[in-house]
Amino acid sequence: MSNLLDLLIAGLATGAIYAIVAVGFTLLWQTSQTINFAQGEFVMLPAFLMLAVMHAGAPFWLAIIVGILLAMLLLGLGFKMLLVDPMLRHGVLPLAIATMALAIGIKEAVKQFFSAEASPFPSIVPAGDVSILGRAVSLQSLGVLALAILAVVGLTALLNRTSIGHQMQAVAQNPTVARIIGVPVERMILLTFLINAFLVALASLLITPIYLAKFSSGEVLGQAAFIAAIVGGFNQVRGAIVGGLLIGVVDNLAAAYISTQYRAAVPMILLVAVILFRPQGLLGRPEERTV
Amino acid sequence: MKPANLAAVFFAAILASTAFAQSSGPIKLADVAELSGGGATVGNNWKNGIDLAVEEINAKGGILGRKIEVTHADSQSNPGVARAQVQKALDSEPYVLLGPGYSGSVKVTAPLVAEAGITQIMGGEAAELTQAGNKFLFRTSFGQQSSMPKVAKYLNDEVKAKSVAVVWVNNDFGRGGRDVITKEFGGYGIKVAADISTEAGQADFAADVSKIKAANPDAVFIYLNEEESARILKELKRQGVMVPLVGETTLVGQKVIELAGDAANGARGHVGLTTDAPVELIKQFRGKFAKKYNYVPDHNGIKGYLAIYMIKATTEKMGKVDPKAFADTLHGLTIKAADEPGILMDVTFDQNGDIDRQGFLVEVIEGKQVVKQVLPKLH
Amino acid sequence: MTATAKYLRVAFGVAVVLVLILMPVTFNRYGLFILSQWAVMTIAAMGLNLTLGYAGQVSLAQGAFVGIGAYAAAILTTQGFPLIAAVAVAIVLCFAVGWLLGYPALRVQHHYLAFVTLAFSTLAFLVFRNESWLTGGIYGISNIPRPHIFGLATSKPLPFYYVSLGALAIVTVAVWWLIRSPWGRAFMALRENPVRALSLGVDTRRYTLMAFAIGSALGGVAGALYAPLTQYIDPVPFNLSLSLDLLMMVIVGGSGFFFGPFLGAMIAVLLPEWLRFTQGYYLMLYAIAVILLLIWSPTGILGILDGYLTQRRTKAASALRAVAKPKLEVAR
Repeated sequence: MSNLLDLLIAGLATGAIYAIVAVGFTLLWQTSQTINFAQGEFVMLPAFLMLAVMHAGAPFWLAIIVGILLAMLLLGLGFKMLLVDPMLRHGVLPLAIATMALAIGIKEAVKQFFSAEASPFPSIVPAGDVSILGRAVSLQSLGVLALAILAVVGLTALLNRTSIGHQMQAVAQNPTVARIIGVPVERMILLTFLINAFLVALASLLITPIYLAKFSSGEVLGQAAFIAAIVGGFNQVRGAIVGGLLIGVVDNLAAAYISTQYRAAVPMILLVAVILFRPQGLLGRPEERTV
Repeated sequence: MKPANLAAVFFAAILASTAFAQSSGPIKLADVAELSGGGATVGNNWKNGIDLAVEEINAKGGILGRKIEVTHADSQSNPGVARAQVQKALDSEPYVLLGPGYSGSVKVTAPLVAEAGITQIMGGEAAELTQAGNKFLFRTSFGQQSSMPKVAKYLNDEVKAKSVAVVWVNNDFGRGGRDVITKEFGGYGIKVAADISTEAGQADFAADVSKIKAANPDAVFIYLNEEESARILKELKRQGVMVPLVGETTLVGQKVIELAGDAANGARGHVGLTTDAPVELIKQFRGKFAKKYNYVPDHNGIKGYLAIYMIKATTEKMGKVDPKAFADTLHGLTIKAADEPGILMDVTFDQNGDIDRQGFLVEVIEGKQVVKQVLPKLH
Repeated sequence: MTATAKYLRVAFGVAVVLVLILMPVTFNRYGLFILSQWAVMTIAAMGLNLTLGYAGQVSLAQGAFVGIGAYAAAILTTQGFPLIAAVAVAIVLCFAVGWLLGYPALRVQHHYLAFVTLAFSTLAFLVFRNESWLTGGIYGISNIPRPHIFGLATSKPLPFYYVSLGALAIVTVAVWWLIRSPWGRAFMALRENPVRALSLGVDTRRYTLMAFAIGSALGGVAGALYAPLTQYIDPVPFNLSLSLDLLMMVIVGGSGFFFGPFLGAMIAVLLPEWLRFTQGYYLMLYAIAVILLLIWSPTGILGILDGYLTQRRTKAASALRAVAKPKLEVAR
């Protein structure tokens, strides 16, 4: 029995990581119909930006600030202006393919300009463990979970209770009508991308000490986030948390009780089952418009 | 002289000079390595080691007065691509072919290279590579058939383990090691308490460690890549697994110690090549590498470096640059570090291309790799 | 289309075919390998084009189908069966799997197939890797023989290139016939306006499923040729990346255009080669090139061409109308 508890807690810890990455993914889809296959790389990159700044001699706290600003510039503004704007009017699929190519580009750039090796990354959360229900849980994992919850609570509040949030939702549901009623569509979309960039920068800060800074760490994260977002509910930001935690736990349980060789298949099967029986995801609203 | 005759003489001169071009001018080496994909760490270290050696040798005038030129091609950690790249490299008739590092890629490219009659010096460690009767293939590190028996012997004689949990990475490297050591355990009567495969790049080892605990072994044999080794060591510590953790180079390297911190203390392993060896030449190599590339190399960096010096030693032994006689000369050759410092440690190559060299049993103590035993060269 | 334009088109086609047959005689081993690889990948991309470009469904499992075909060929030919038997098995197997995967999919939702194929892709890779009793596991299957065609051995690069080219020719003709047939026209109707197609009595689900199954079968054919080409297969090449690469090939070449896959495969196979001299940067440059191309023309290269030709035709037609206008007005 203690084994099961171990696995559950470990699964939640990993799941929190997937959840954070999934939140941004869902947000981008919800507000601008962008499927961002480079989301995993977006979480990997800010850590490297911060490491680069530290190599140039800056102290950690300064590197964090600069890293976050750079991330918002590159992955928010830059991403939107250079990739999304020219492509979005042509439909969802070409943009999705372009983000796949972008993922490769970012990965290779980091590998080439930084290193193919994994580097350690300093943690703002102290490195110890706390005992929860008799099991050691790393503080870093708790930090990630805290950020995930904060992000979801904050975003849900933003989207549902503030005027800006309502405008963003209007843009998501029907940009043409939104424009007619005076919503500054371009600015709202830009805001979404900036929020996502900020979120992935924070996520990077908390996840990289656990995952280590390596150019390839985005691959697994991106795929897990994609599944988590769909399973949780692609049109509800809080679906991302449920999806992420669920995937983390299911993955651990599958590895322990079914087979470590096939563990990667289980989240996939879960994905298919959810789509078949509840296409809007566990927490999603049934789709008002065609996907 | 009439223009036509002049042209003819000119033409003949060019033809004649190209005939000589092979025996003068730079020595061309071709390298095919995992520069991208899952094996990027391996391939890039290998490449950097090669480049360092080439730079050193060229600075001193090259081999027999001829400079070395090496071209690097990316196999993308994909055996199919490796085959294509090797094919391309062979078309330009290199002196020697270097790489790949991944055993799967070596396996598919070795027949091509052997057919072309060119020597191949590679980094793969799978046992079967030198057991296929290939007369042109040479290792730069111990094959798993040499290293695993030493680990099994250590587990049996010193740790006195009766049951061992085996954790391995699910690629040709990991599976090869797991297959050989499982066989060795059979010989000693050691039970495999748990047989756990993991994925390359895996970050979460909670489930795997949970399984290890449930199996209650006397020791754990860990055969993963460096980053994953660090992660599993942390998880083992977190879940309070106290039994001896034994592995190979990838468990106790500097990188793992750096990434795992305290959790690496107590880990032990058999190591063929390590930048932490108490060998002066290796320390110098490490310093040179770190100065040029700003990081400490892993054993793949040493392998690449050694490959070039193997070529130098063999060519100097022959006294000429002769690709056809290369393999025969290297078979049975002993290269001493006193004669050729670049070889770092004395080594003998047998008729199969396997190496005989000293090895080490190390333990990580307080964040440093400490050599507990030196396992001498057999001959 | 005017008669001269038509003759030009045919002449161009014949010229291309002649070049493909004659020029490679001068190529070295590597060049022939690359060209054969192009031919094989084009077959797989054509299959995906049927699914995506003509029937409008996203399949992320084409790489897995190539893998199934490759393993089928490897297992059968190393046991002594002729390659043609392996091709037949690959076709039947991939068609059946495609049908099975797609059947529940299209009842549910438009994007279901994308996710199911994603899951299948992962599952297939794991099966290839873990079931070593069948597939050789991570060690793969080596020493795959090259086929004897009409009694001639094809072990050398040039003869095998002709085998690949021949297979590509056969598949091209087959797909051409399929597109021109009433079936093919139903596919196009599906893509252009599914609601209207439904109202006209076209069973959209049945046709989409067929397109997917046939497309997957073509993936299997490509795989059955891939195995004797590389003469060694392991699970590594057949993961999600291959499916994504094939998707990229179809889209970059021009999704829905008949010759799109040819162009896309050429870019995917040749562009990295041309960029290889940039050493470590070539993948980055490749990614940037793909992004730029997609930004410039999301309908792919043939989309650009098509757009340009349409523009010219429109201009020509407008010019003709402008000339004819006064005459028409007088006639009134």
